[in-house]
Amino acid sequence: MSALLDLFTIVVVLAGAVFFLAGVVGLLRFPDTLSRVHALTKADNVGLGLVVIALLPQAGSMGTGLKLLLVWLLVLLASATVGQLIGRVARRAGPPA
Amino acid sequence: MMSPEFLVASAGFIMITVIVGLARILYGPGDADRIMAAQLLGTGGITSLLLVGIARGNPAVIDVALTLAMLAAFASIAFVKHAPAAQDGDERAGGRRDDGPGR
Repeated sequence: MSALLDLFTIVVVLAGAVFFLAGVVGLLRFPDTLSRVHALTKADNVGLGLVVIALLPQAGSMGTGLKLLLVWLLVLLASATVGQLIGRVARRAGPPA
Repeated sequence: MMSPEFLVASAGFIMITVIVGLARILYGPGDADRIMAAQLLGTGGITSLLLVGIARGNPAVIDVALTLAMLAAFASIAFVKHAPAAQDGDERAGGRRDDGPGR
């Protein structure tokens, strides 16, 4: 059972790292600002979420696991809000879309 | 409990990819592109801190990650608050304003 949970952690942490890599590639390669916002917000939220899910079996105590989930919820809330705000700034400042 | 080397190595990999993404701060044509790279650095730092905190079995590192999450959000919100306001003629689509009333 422990080995199974370790395997779950390894697979899901790797999936989260792939999402971070995809987000960085999107941030560097996408042509305009709004598509970069798209790549960034998807990638960092899902990447962080997968890493948090992967770390839950390794957390050891209930309090630590709840704190991991709290970090994820805070980042989700902040990133969803900031994505909208940055999109508005980019629409004002950018070249005509 | 799994061996911590894999988790620490994953944290290092994520930090390296985020540092590569910081090139957008150098090249990104607009201020919004630059703050996006900084926001990605915040999220990658949070993820690496969580991985290291679990790998080392040190719950205090998770509190550091929580604080970093709050500060990264504040940095982006400060950028938006100090972004230049819309100029006349800057609004496209016939001057339609769809900003919220609270601005």
